[in-house]
Amino acid sequence: MREFIYLGLNAAKSYGATYADIRVIKFKTQSISIKNGKAEEISDSESYGFGIRTLVSGAWGFASSFDISKKEVQKTASLSCDIARASASLKNEDVILASIEPISGSYKTPIKIDPFTVPLEDKLSILFEAEEILRKKKEVKISQSSMNFIFKDQIFASTEGAWIKQEIMMSGAGIEATAISEGDMQVRSYPNSHGGQFITGGYELVSGLQLKENAERVASEAVGLLKAKECPSKITTIILDGSQLALQVHESIGHPVELDRVLGMEASFAGTSFLTLDKLNQLKIGSEIVNITADATIPTGLGSFGYDDEGVPAQKTDIVKNGLFVGYINSRETAAKTGQLPNGAMRADGWNRIPLIRMTNVNLLPGKPSFDELIADTKDGIYLETNKSWSIDDKRLNFQFGTEIGWEIKNGKMEKMLKNPNYTGITPKFWNSCNGIANKDSWIVWGTPNCGKGEPMQVIQTGHGASPARFRNIQVGVGK
Amino acid sequence: MISEKKMGKILKEILEMSPADQTEALLISQNSALTRFANNQIHQNVAEKNAKLSIRVIKNKRTGTASTNILGKKSIKEVLEKALKIAGNVSPDPDFKSLPKKKKCKKMELFSKNTAEYQPIDRAKDVSVLISKANQKELNAAGALSTGEITIGIANSLGVFEITSLTEADINTVFMSSNSSGYVDSYAKEVRKIDFHKLADIASEKALRSIDPIAINPGSYTVILEPAAVADMLTYLAFCGLGALAYQEGRSFISGKLGGKITGENITIWDDGTSPNTLRMPFDFEGTPKQKVMLIENGVAKNVVYDSYTAHKEDKESTGHALPAPNIYGPQPSNLFLKNGDYSVDEMIASTKKGILVTRFHYTNMEDPLKTMLTGMTRDGTFLIENGEISCGIKNLRFTQNILKALSNVEMISKETELKQAFLGFCRAPTLKISKFNFTGVTEF
Repeated sequence: MREFIYLGLNAAKSYGATYADIRVIKFKTQSISIKNGKAEEISDSESYGFGIRTLVSGAWGFASSFDISKKEVQKTASLSCDIARASASLKNEDVILASIEPISGSYKTPIKIDPFTVPLEDKLSILFEAEEILRKKKEVKISQSSMNFIFKDQIFASTEGAWIKQEIMMSGAGIEATAISEGDMQVRSYPNSHGGQFITGGYELVSGLQLKENAERVASEAVGLLKAKECPSKITTIILDGSQLALQVHESIGHPVELDRVLGMEASFAGTSFLTLDKLNQLKIGSEIVNITADATIPTGLGSFGYDDEGVPAQKTDIVKNGLFVGYINSRETAAKTGQLPNGAMRADGWNRIPLIRMTNVNLLPGKPSFDELIADTKDGIYLETNKSWSIDDKRLNFQFGTEIGWEIKNGKMEKMLKNPNYTGITPKFWNSCNGIANKDSWIVWGTPNCGKGEPMQVIQTGHGASPARFRNIQVGVGK
Repeated sequence: MISEKKMGKILKEILEMSPADQTEALLISQNSALTRFANNQIHQNVAEKNAKLSIRVIKNKRTGTASTNILGKKSIKEVLEKALKIAGNVSPDPDFKSLPKKKKCKKMELFSKNTAEYQPIDRAKDVSVLISKANQKELNAAGALSTGEITIGIANSLGVFEITSLTEADINTVFMSSNSSGYVDSYAKEVRKIDFHKLADIASEKALRSIDPIAINPGSYTVILEPAAVADMLTYLAFCGLGALAYQEGRSFISGKLGGKITGENITIWDDGTSPNTLRMPFDFEGTPKQKVMLIENGVAKNVVYDSYTAHKEDKESTGHALPAPNIYGPQPSNLFLKNGDYSVDEMIASTKKGILVTRFHYTNMEDPLKTMLTGMTRDGTFLIENGEISCGIKNLRFTQNILKALSNVEMISKETELKQAFLGFCRAPTLKISKFNFTGVTEF
């Protein structure tokens, strides 16, 4: 492999590249999905290839191929340089990369059990057992359980002398019950929607989740929602559970702090950002208790790794400190452009894509009260659990989220179940209304396995540490 | 690229090698390239050469699927063995009857040599047309131009053996001032049929016309939705309920309502992957010929689309709407059409006393699939119509709207239609004038 990689890098230099990097990646994935007592999907897949990124005449080119051969790596390097030359024909300024120390290193996700060594029948047994419990309620018309595993084996090397090997393991699992009756459909899932909980780690995730033990509650709640009261339309206090708050952080803080969006590089597709450069260290984006970091070093975070796809070491960056907006996530190019230091957030979803600025683990740090104290301290409000729908404008200001379930809070106690809850707001106003964040006892690093960005589209895995938090004067029940 | 001849040889070898009761091999090979621009310069510029082989085997009604992009003989054999091993571990599925049998597919010319051979410098020249216009108008252009070729081969042990090659080019761009923007896109088999000058004019006109937008209050308005917004809405409608799996599971808005009126009588929606008015395909990902399927006719729910699995459950024939196996989403419409009307967009605007013209939606998402409750934002060209004329740009609004209700309140439909990309395939849509459309929020720009 060393010979193959240097052949590619040297070819790029000989075709005119002033900088080049190469990533050779092999993916192995397994998806298992059970529905209504049958295996809906069981599939193994693999993908192997390389991509070469070049700078020629101050502009970027990238070419990739699934053909791992000496001839192909030279041809691909040449194509990458031709593409860069075409980019240079329409450039306003040269790309400059913030300097970094070229690293020789390696990283491996710490795991206890390699999921690819666990027999399929063991996995199926756990999934069928949990799924069968969901089906016991007659109103549950669709019962589902699933597991997903991804192993990524990657080498990154650059003409600056970097050589980094990484082995990343990701695991996910969850259950979901869909109750349908008289024109109404209600869904409950555990431990999260959209496939459950995802971590960097091994099969130990699955035994820790206790899918079977939670199945009866999940099914009962889905059925209970069919007869529950509609979430009213009003302005009220809300408490978001950690998993919903994780997506709230992702959409309204994580995306707007991506420096490529801020600089207009994603304008036509994902959009730009309200966090323009003049807002840095100036905008009070949240209340005093709001502290947010981007941290690729935390254990089990779905956005944890050793080095990003430019060879920058994983690190922790302050994003919001006591409510003040203090930091972006960046690339070597955008760091140089704005006078910052690269903070290791360039990630590609495969060998066939260029790295983009992507969230790592963007975390809302825990507060002081326990979750029970937070509820007990709330006279009137709604507790919202588990994401159902999400939408936010292209500068990340106006958002609207729906959750699977809501609970009325009266005089410090959770009471009746509410169905079809949703809430809306404007990002800085929302975070400034935060007046309670639960402590570390209920702080979980939630995995978001499906964050889309870029053209061609890239889907990346991100993590978000969060515990339940409370917000005042929020509009709920939109469109009722 | 893997040639059609080589692809045929690989597929044949897999079928011969497999000991399963039934075997299906799907091989997709592609060369694609995309030039991305922002701030009036190219900033990302990429190319990809890839392939994917998926093997599905059935033994005693037990299914296993495995895939790879490593296409050596050893690797292909290992993938087949993986699929067989998976099949050996699962219980039989009583609802599985058979993979589809061979049916004759129409021959279609889907390939453009120009598009397949388009070079990075060709794409840069096209992009320069857009950037020059933006510079001339003191606007900021961003967007992406992609070109590519793809060869799809599908074969099964019941005699299905189809291979086709096609090309695709698409461009989208947003032109921006400091407080306004205008969007346009275009899709074609032949890249040289895209009129970049015309697209630049449309995007710049929208951006300039919406400078200094005013804020209006959310509420119920008459809207004129341009084809991109209509296509977005229809795509969600189709994904949530016009496939047989959602219908059979009772989670479709159409479940129990076939034959009933669900929209206004002026609404007719169908899917037709064979039409020359879309980017078409002769067969689906099981090798079944694509059929035209009437979904909603004059407001009445007529049909959903099927693949072989869902069709067999109702003793029907597949309509040619299978996605690649394994597929948890079921069959899906991928070439939607909404029937056009008689009006010009100018007539639709002229007939509107007060309303909102929407260029496109952003980040739409279904809040309640059974009730077709959709939310999303307007984006890149939202205008106020007063007394039959576009009076000014307005700040973007959030809508929260029942789609079927919106399609029951369509007052006018344009004669002209446009082809738009949907998240699964394409949608050809006209402009719609709709009354009582619910905007529930406003943003700051």
